[in-house]
Amino acid sequence: MTQTLSTQSRKSPPRVAAFVLMSALALTACTNPDRFGAGGAGAGAAGANGGIIAGSINDPTSTAYFNQTIGDRVLFLVDQSTLTDSARGQLTQQAQWLLANPGYTAIIEGHADEQGTRDYNLALGSRRAAAVQDFLISQGVNPSRLKPITYGKERPIAVCSDESCYAQNRRAVTVLAAGAGVS
Amino acid sequence: MIQLSAYVRRLAATAFTAACVFGAATPLMAQDQGPLKIEITQGVIEPLPVAVPDFIVETAQAAEFAKQISDVIAADLVGTGLFREVPDSAYISKITSFESPVQYADWKAINVQGLVTGAVSVDAGGNLSVKFRVFDVFNDGQLGSGMQLGGSTNSWRRIAHKVADVVYSRITGEGAYFDSRVVFVSEAGSKQARQKRLAVMDYDGANVQYLTDASAIVLAPRFSPTGDRVLYTSYESGFPQIMMLDVGTVTRRRLPVPTESMSFAPRFSPDGRSVVYSVSTGSNTDLYRMDIASGQVARLTNTPAIETAPSFSPDGSKIVFESDRSGTQQIYIMDAAGGDAKRISFGQGRYGTPVWSPRGDLVAFTKQANGRFHIGVMRTDGSEERLLTASFLDEGPTWAPNGRVIMFTRETQGATGESALYSVDISGRNLRRVPTNSGASDPAWSPLLK
Repeated sequence: MTQTLSTQSRKSPPRVAAFVLMSALALTACTNPDRFGAGGAGAGAAGANGGIIAGSINDPTSTAYFNQTIGDRVLFLVDQSTLTDSARGQLTQQAQWLLANPGYTAIIEGHADEQGTRDYNLALGSRRAAAVQDFLISQGVNPSRLKPITYGKERPIAVCSDESCYAQNRRAVTVLAAGAGVS
Repeated sequence: MIQLSAYVRRLAATAFTAACVFGAATPLMAQDQGPLKIEITQGVIEPLPVAVPDFIVETAQAAEFAKQISDVIAADLVGTGLFREVPDSAYISKITSFESPVQYADWKAINVQGLVTGAVSVDAGGNLSVKFRVFDVFNDGQLGSGMQLGGSTNSWRRIAHKVADVVYSRITGEGAYFDSRVVFVSEAGSKQARQKRLAVMDYDGANVQYLTDASAIVLAPRFSPTGDRVLYTSYESGFPQIMMLDVGTVTRRRLPVPTESMSFAPRFSPDGRSVVYSVSTGSNTDLYRMDIASGQVARLTNTPAIETAPSFSPDGSKIVFESDRSGTQQIYIMDAAGGDAKRISFGQGRYGTPVWSPRGDLVAFTKQANGRFHIGVMRTDGSEERLLTASFLDEGPTWAPNGRVIMFTRETQGATGESALYSVDISGRNLRRVPTNSGASDPAWSPLLK
């Protein structure tokens, strides 16, 4: 539980590369509307197959820029939902981006690693999503633009059964969608 | 599933009201040894040898069912770990007629202690009829009366399970569980994008029927006390919400929990009229109870901690659940109306998913300690904790209707990790994988079918 506790930093090229790959996986796993059925609010809008507003990573108003350059996720310690200092830094940037791009709403997905029972991990995912939501709201993002969801341990992005994967799976992901309000 | 419902009704109407006792039951003669009896509570080291010769074919159409029925009966008995089957290659005398006297000496000679004989017929209307007797070979006598069960030919497996239930109960003195079903989550696809659908099967893995498609994640189904409905958590709206499915018609509706919250971990009350479940609002998860008919909701817990995995006591007066209010997941019991809760788990590690036994005496749970997962049981005051299993990931116990066997999910580790269903006796013996044709998780055992 000591490695990869910080959020991904864009100042470190190798980790950015890993992070881009991870994001691609996450898009496949987390935003495919067929996976979760219709009505998944924003979760389906930025799909992997050229979502309507994926845009170029060079366009600072694009989802791609948010996901890869700002960074769409924060990571958590084992069985914790407290935001680390680096998570707060990450979310401060997310909040600034959301404030600058009011045409987007976001689903905040809370996830857990597989080391826990199913029900508990659903509740833990809720806590993580709420921690991110509360922080973004504290930075001035309109609550109506944010909606939390927990996936518990149902949607890992890294599939090995050791800490290197668990650390990536204990996450909250801000999934953008075009639109004025979630609910 | 419409079929299932029809066939349950048919069995209820034609078979079990018509089940009859026939023939003069030979009184058990107390001889040198006591009557045939397994005292399960003492722990069985040596399985009892039984023979289930192929049932006699009494009409031409019965031929395709007779051997299958006796095979299912034998498989049910052997599957408990309490019996072993003496193969027919060892038989000295053959059963050629249901009414012929049993040659006890021939069965004693091959050390058979319990003998089950039967005969199968199918009438012109396609109704299957099974007669059977149980013999206590070492006491030269019949154990209980002969019985006859009937139903449609489609229900032959259920009839076989019913026969096995009678045999099991007569020999062990315990309630039965073979004529029961299990609702579970059938899994497919990669670990990152696991597809999940609800399915129901016989307790032994046969007769799988799917209740949902794989378009949305579904989790943790639970049977109603009569087995007619299933509660589960579904992501079909995009968010985790509780659904209630009618098993007979395979129609479902959302439990009217406010849509802005996430709800999960539902379980029926013993009278089937209300549902207890968790709701996550913000960072908090608490327990609620809803009256199904009126939709009226009562809040049962009100702490900033996670409260989830509720389960009623069989009399409906108490609820056992898990909470991390002490800092880690532990098991608590409170009144069914909520209020103060008493912690009952105090061992090392984390305790979750408590489930009250049908007999009311034990709570089964998942324990996480030192990087391993266990299924265990403890008394309702937390005493006499016993761990029954250990693996990389065991979780989610469910009780057989007779409170003797627990089924649970076991998941293997790594990128290719898969979930499967296992069962274990509450003695900790007889760990078995329940056969499923794909990955499977979150089993919930039905009550004994009527």
